[in-house]
Amino acid sequence: MISAQNIIKTYGNKTKKTQILNNISLTIADRSFTVILGASGSGKSTLLNILSGLERPDSGSIRYADTDITFLSDSQLTEFRKEKIGFVFQQYYLLPNMTAEQNIRMGADLAGNPDYRETIRAVGLENERKKYPDELSGGEQQRVSIARALAKKPDFLFLDEPTGALDEKTGRQILAYIADIHQRCGVTMILVTHNQNIAEMADTVIRMNSGRIETEQKNQTKKTAYEIAW
Amino acid sequence: MNGIIEALGGIWNIRDAFAEGALVTIQLFVLTMIFAIPAALPVALGSNCKIPPVRWLCKAYIWIFRGTPLMLQLFFFYYFVFPFIFHAPQVSALTIAVITFSLNYGAYLAEIYRGGIESIHKGQYEAAYSLGLGKTTTMFGVIIPQTVKRVLPSVSNEMITLVKDTALVSCISLSDLFRVVTKQVSARSNPLLYVAPAIFYLIFTFLLTLLTRFLEKKFSVTGEKGSEKK
Repeated sequence: MISAQNIIKTYGNKTKKTQILNNISLTIADRSFTVILGASGSGKSTLLNILSGLERPDSGSIRYADTDITFLSDSQLTEFRKEKIGFVFQQYYLLPNMTAEQNIRMGADLAGNPDYRETIRAVGLENERKKYPDELSGGEQQRVSIARALAKKPDFLFLDEPTGALDEKTGRQILAYIADIHQRCGVTMILVTHNQNIAEMADTVIRMNSGRIETEQKNQTKKTAYEIAW
Repeated sequence: MNGIIEALGGIWNIRDAFAEGALVTIQLFVLTMIFAIPAALPVALGSNCKIPPVRWLCKAYIWIFRGTPLMLQLFFFYYFVFPFIFHAPQVSALTIAVITFSLNYGAYLAEIYRGGIESIHKGQYEAAYSLGLGKTTTMFGVIIPQTVKRVLPSVSNEMITLVKDTALVSCISLSDLFRVVTKQVSARSNPLLYVAPAIFYLIFTFLLTLLTRFLEKKFSVTGEKGSEKK
């Protein structure tokens, strides 16, 4: 379980400060699929970065079971991310000088997982594994990015607008793949998006506005990637 | 016409002096590159360091060595720094030239590296951190390998400029190619002897161009969609 309490985050310098997150508190259940929904500038990506330990909050606490990651040193936080966290970005951020296989293997090696080939097969990239990111389509790059995160066998998978750079057809494929991973792997998944249709796929939907949580609701029925509107 | 051919034939008669001078020029070039290329990296990283004294020191070094003429630096080190500051008048002109050139070119290369490092999208850092890489591994394992390709054309330019700048060492009595040929031109009253070093410099820079093109091809096996700076 992830429990965030009173998270505050401000950007800027001494003369001009902008509060991005204003006293955010939330709880995310283990193995759940949570969507954080909000318009551009609502603070959702910053919240995702802070929850995953990529950024530190100005104040507040983030607990993973018994561990408050805000008290971890830089090296402890690095180790925590290595062991527990998978992260998928909108722009993929694959290493351009490595093939798809090498990118995925990097994630696996870091976590000491020898079964990276299994992950390549799982994302259906066996024929593309020798290609460099630039030789892959957007959807394929995103699948590599997801596989790179999954190859670490993380307990928590964070996805920042994973379909934001994709067309509808590819976006639906990726979402279907993400939902499938959630069911098969039982990983706790937190997805950030501005697309409220995607929220219909989640267990829990958190709506953000101007750095605050507006509402938090549980979906009684979930839709599949091919049932939601686009 | 016969006179010109005869004068050009004189080049053969200065072959020994030419070879000695060419060797000094090549030594100066190679040693400068050996020292300047790696030494510029810590300066580039230091000029972005969060510790103010380190940052100021690196920036001051770059400012001084880029902001004053190379010939002035040669005079300063040859006539003042080594004899009066280091009390080492016995240090050879070649050593002083190598040190001065390395410091000067190190400053230019540091700025090139800094620009290259800053051109890498911050998402690449985030992706590396999310995988569990520490700051040092991220810099040396993820960022710098991507930077190499981007800075190669600029480094290549500096190398070509260095070949031609080596002729400046004649001002501190170092018998490089230009100086030995100038002596022969005076002794034999044959200005056409300058054709020989001109051809040498052209061939030298041409070979360097081929080398850097080869390296650029080697490093450009991929595009960089995932690492473009927005």
